Amino acid sequence: MTATLQPTSAPRSLAWKNLSPLRRASILWLGGLLIFSIVRIIADADDITSSGTISSTLRVATPILLAGLAGLWAERAGIVNIGIEGMMIIGSWCGGYGAWKWGSWGGITLALVGGMLVGLLHALATVRFNVDHVVSGIAINTLAAGSTEYLSIIFFKGQKGGGESQSPPGKGGYGEFDMPFLAGGRIGNWKSPDILKWIEDKHDIPLIPDMAGFIRGLVSDVYLPTILAIAIIPLSVYVLWRTRWGLRLRSSGESPQAGESLGVAINRLRYQAMAISGALAAFGGAYLSCVFTSTYRQGQTGGQGFIGLATTIFGNWQPWGVFRGSLLFGFPTALKFRDERNVPALLLVAAVALVIVAAVMVLRRRSVIVTSCLAAAVCLVIAYNVVDKVPSEFVAATPYIVTVIVLAGARQQLRPPAHAGLPYRPGESH
Amino acid sequence: MKNPRLQRAMVTAASSVLAVFVALAISAIILLITGKDPVKAYSTLFGAAGESRVLQGMANRATPLMISAAAVAIGFKMNLFNIGVEGQMRVALLTTAVVGAAVDLPPVLHVAFCLVVAMTAGALWAGIAGWLKVKRNVNEVISTIMLNFIALSLVAWAFDDFFRVESPTESLLVKTKELPTSAWFPDLVDRRLNGMFIVAILLLILFWVVVWKTKFGFRLRASGGNSGAARATGVNPKKMILISMLLSGAIAGLVGMRALLGDVHAYQNNLAEQQGFNGIAVALLGRNHPLGIFFSALLFGFLGEASGKLQLEDIPKEITTIMSGIIVLAVVIINEAVKRWDNRRIQRKATAEIEAEVKS
Amino acid sequence: MSEAGALAVELSGITKRFPGVVANYNVSLRVRPGTIHAVVGENGAGKSTLMKTLYGMHQPDEGSIAVNGRGITFKSPTDAIAAGIGMVHQHFKLADNLSILENIILGNEPVGRRGRIDSEAAKTRLTELAASLGVSFDVDDLVGTLGVGERQRVEILKVLYRGAQILILDEPTAVLVPQEVEELFATLKRLVAEGRTVIFISHKLDEVLRYCDEITVMRQGTTVATTTPSQVDRRGLAELMVGSDLPDPSGRETPIGSEVVLAVSDLSVAGAAAGAKLALEDISLSVRLGEIVGVAGVEGNGQFELCEAILGLMPLESGRVEIAGRDLTGVETRERITSGLSYIPFDRHREGLLLDAPLWENTMLGREDEPTLTSGPFIGRRKAEADAREIIRRFGVRTPSEQVPAFALSGGNQQKLVVGREMATNPMILLAAHPTRGVDVGAQAAIWEELRHARDHGLGVLLISADLEELIGLSDRIVVMFDGRVTAELDPRRATPELLGTYMTGEIQDREAAR
Repeated sequence: MTATLQPTSAPRSLAWKNLSPLRRASILWLGGLLIFSIVRIIADADDITSSGTISSTLRVATPILLAGLAGLWAERAGIVNIGIEGMMIIGSWCGGYGAWKWGSWGGITLALVGGMLVGLLHALATVRFNVDHVVSGIAINTLAAGSTEYLSIIFFKGQKGGGESQSPPGKGGYGEFDMPFLAGGRIGNWKSPDILKWIEDKHDIPLIPDMAGFIRGLVSDVYLPTILAIAIIPLSVYVLWRTRWGLRLRSSGESPQAGESLGVAINRLRYQAMAISGALAAFGGAYLSCVFTSTYRQGQTGGQGFIGLATTIFGNWQPWGVFRGSLLFGFPTALKFRDERNVPALLLVAAVALVIVAAVMVLRRRSVIVTSCLAAAVCLVIAYNVVDKVPSEFVAATPYIVTVIVLAGARQQLRPPAHAGLPYRPGESH
Repeated sequence: MKNPRLQRAMVTAASSVLAVFVALAISAIILLITGKDPVKAYSTLFGAAGESRVLQGMANRATPLMISAAAVAIGFKMNLFNIGVEGQMRVALLTTAVVGAAVDLPPVLHVAFCLVVAMTAGALWAGIAGWLKVKRNVNEVISTIMLNFIALSLVAWAFDDFFRVESPTESLLVKTKELPTSAWFPDLVDRRLNGMFIVAILLLILFWVVVWKTKFGFRLRASGGNSGAARATGVNPKKMILISMLLSGAIAGLVGMRALLGDVHAYQNNLAEQQGFNGIAVALLGRNHPLGIFFSALLFGFLGEASGKLQLEDIPKEITTIMSGIIVLAVVIINEAVKRWDNRRIQRKATAEIEAEVKS
Repeated sequence: MSEAGALAVELSGITKRFPGVVANYNVSLRVRPGTIHAVVGENGAGKSTLMKTLYGMHQPDEGSIAVNGRGITFKSPTDAIAAGIGMVHQHFKLADNLSILENIILGNEPVGRRGRIDSEAAKTRLTELAASLGVSFDVDDLVGTLGVGERQRVEILKVLYRGAQILILDEPTAVLVPQEVEELFATLKRLVAEGRTVIFISHKLDEVLRYCDEITVMRQGTTVATTTPSQVDRRGLAELMVGSDLPDPSGRETPIGSEVVLAVSDLSVAGAAAGAKLALEDISLSVRLGEIVGVAGVEGNGQFELCEAILGLMPLESGRVEIAGRDLTGVETRERITSGLSYIPFDRHREGLLLDAPLWENTMLGREDEPTLTSGPFIGRRKAEADAREIIRRFGVRTPSEQVPAFALSGGNQQKLVVGREMATNPMILLAAHPTRGVDVGAQAAIWEELRHARDHGLGVLLISADLEELIGLSDRIVVMFDGRVTAELDPRRATPELLGTYMTGEIQDREAAR
């Protein structure tokens, strides 16, 4: 975005479009925090902006983020990956086994290898044998579930701390830390003062404690794998949009015919992309069995592979969008873990968000959306006053409902890779 | 060419059989490298085929699989992928359990009533995905997956908050209000094989008749085979998509009925799990044809039933789940390869026969 | 580097055979450097095949290729590109969601360290190239936002970026509106002024005469003449393309009825994209009992939309369609078909056949409501099979049996089956789009005989065809469609190649004759 040259006397345009992405993000962040702050005070729901919730959100969101990135990498190359859940299951098993045998990073490494292999299997079926992408994904999910159950019995049964459906606990930590001063981390043996916590606890003041809580949430209870996972986002952006390999990969998903006519090795790129996709999904699974908990448990992934798929869509196949989606989908669950009584406050937050959306849409004269947003907002406020707690099933279903609404309502804005999921045989002319 | 249709059918069946053998072979390798004896495993497994108890259990397990596969297959005929059988089944289960327990009707009528309620509930849930596809062009794979999870939450919530009834004696088993005996589907073999098995077979026969013998079925297959050609002759593709999803959902609604009407007689949380995905496997192995589905369902049912025997030999029964997964992958890969080979063969044969005719 | 006086491209004695057909025979093409050279001919004359040979997409069976005076063989397009030849296909190969820059540099990206694309260098180079073409783009715009003419320029830039000195354009103006055509040729003239060479394939005579330096005419797979605009005029060119012998319109003994079986009045159909011009504009025509009305015109001038509108598959902006006096507004397609409308579609694979289904199911397509083929809600398989056998016999479809799947038949036999099916219902009005496309001469004659026979018994036919022999040989009247309108009406007995050619390319728009 280049700034236009203006004569110095004319005022700078304040239009939303002219702001840099960083400025836009900052304004959104402050605005959002303000809303949360107000709701917090009204609803007496201190945990919605507490550092504990924020740092928990990061942990809950990371597997979803990784699953969403897995879906992104696959579809950008043209392959639909319904098997993300299966790859996560494999990853979580490998993580449990590896952490038990070799310690903390061994689990994650084994998971990456396992995920890569499963990803390549999916690529083999879809690229070489032209199997329908969805069918192959379902087969992989079934295979993954069966194999991990089987292998658990073989390896974990009878081991101390383990059993038929769970692994013995993994060894070693992951270098978790709290930042000194800001979050009371240790320097050597001395525990530094926890400045942000002190600010955060001043619950009567609006906004400032929330900002403190937010920042403290990012710097306390930090796990290295989390940082790694988040680092993959800008790395993905760079590789996919700034490198030659990334451009060719994206062209495989947009128009293999165009790429083929220019000498791009479509099939090879698809194998590579699926290897990465599988590894990412497995990393997400390993995160569950190594970082989030310290054992593999059957059923641990609980559908997060599919939430990841939803996140890929919600994030419009963009890495930062996937990040936003994973945070959005992870936040309610994290809040519920912290303190269930705070969850109804989210109803108010959603209501306020809808009112703002309605206000923006009024400017664009989309009357149907305005009325439905306002109606929904009213319902949410009523609901808030009526219920003491939001049923956990509702929280669990939110990512799926949101995705269906986005798919049905925001068709124009969504921009999936044009050729994702479509069959392709080399040499086919248009 | 004696009968290309028959030859084609045999080739298709052969690829399914081959897929099963491939799965057995790979599973044997897996058993070997994890220190288990494949010979012992397979002899135990297939040895069980002699026991009538096992065979009855097999038929019982095959019942929901047949219905589930039929639901998926109807979708496939229209190139629609209904992965939502799981969710449709669940919605139908709770609805039928609640509504069925709330009315009082004479026996046969009550059962019929329950079946109709189940089909309606399943159809409605599937109809959401159908509507989304027709009106908003939402891919049915994604929407049905999402709806599965939404159904899971919705049904769990509705059950927990409204319909659960604590049993005075068995506090661990929470269910809905039990269905009156007039809604119980009788067993063929007491406690082993429920009469819904017959219903499932009838359903498959009905499937066959409707899809291959009626005008509607012809239009369905034409739309699925070449929607452009069907459209040019006046078949409305959008209407077909919607009808197909509704039908598929209606059949899906029946999947849980054996467990509900024939076994537990109330809804509880783990009723008929995983039948949706297993149905897809059965449909794929059976190549979306009622006869194939019948045999595939029996095979999967057998594996499920006989696998219990493996425990006694210290072999994890989950090896059969692995087999299912391999079967699915293998059958689609083999089928694709075989289809291409067979197409070329038919073409060459036809050309040869024509040329022979010309020469004579 | 060309030696002084050497030809940019010289093809000599090129022959290319495919199973059952000789696409090119002893073709010679001599293109001088720095010229715009047109290769003209009717559909099926062999132009595309020749260009594919030149671009290395296949190898000729006989003959030689020389570029810039040096003999060369191409094993793949990569070799051709290396020799400085670039091809702009008729169907663009572009990724809508990628930017112009990305589409152009794909596969030839300039890279800096560690595989990072050097977009600055690419942008600079592209801006230069674009300026030399006289166009300006924001190369970061997505291709999906571009119009057709702009996309074509992106394709041209694609080949220029790879250093093409000789550009081949395949029917470049087929998808352009007149304004865009002018812009295209302005671009081409600039390229040529810089020393490049342009070969373009076309059948649009007016453009060819107006813009190019030399013309090579192809007919039925071989070159018949090489000339220049100064040496030939429209009539001459059309004669070269079509041959000066036109088929005789064959006479008929039965009179044309007075009753109108199909009447199209003031029909307008919207264009494909929002804001695009109308696909059909105020079309009116009629077909009487026992009459064959031929529709001449280059494909893509609204013939397809006309059929879809008559069938009821496309909404009308205005106007009316009547069959035997009955207004069809609001009537469903299936009902139109059962009340006497039949359709031989443009593309039998996309719209005419169920390839995996046996022939007897294919002959039932669209007819499964007929009482003769069904009993109640059920299909009468025996009846359908017998019906199929009859169609196969009557139309000479070469197949071992009616159980064979449709994909196993040759294209010609598939077409015969479709024609047979559509005529088996004894319709009142038949829409026939290229009814003998891909059919061998003997079967073609048989189909024509069937059409004439049916016509003598009252069938009205709207015959859309690019085969002049077919049009002139069968039609009682010929209307010409151009750009979504009926621009002329001709008596086949008085049609000349020049007249037909010029009407088809929009030169003379005789509004009076169109009524």
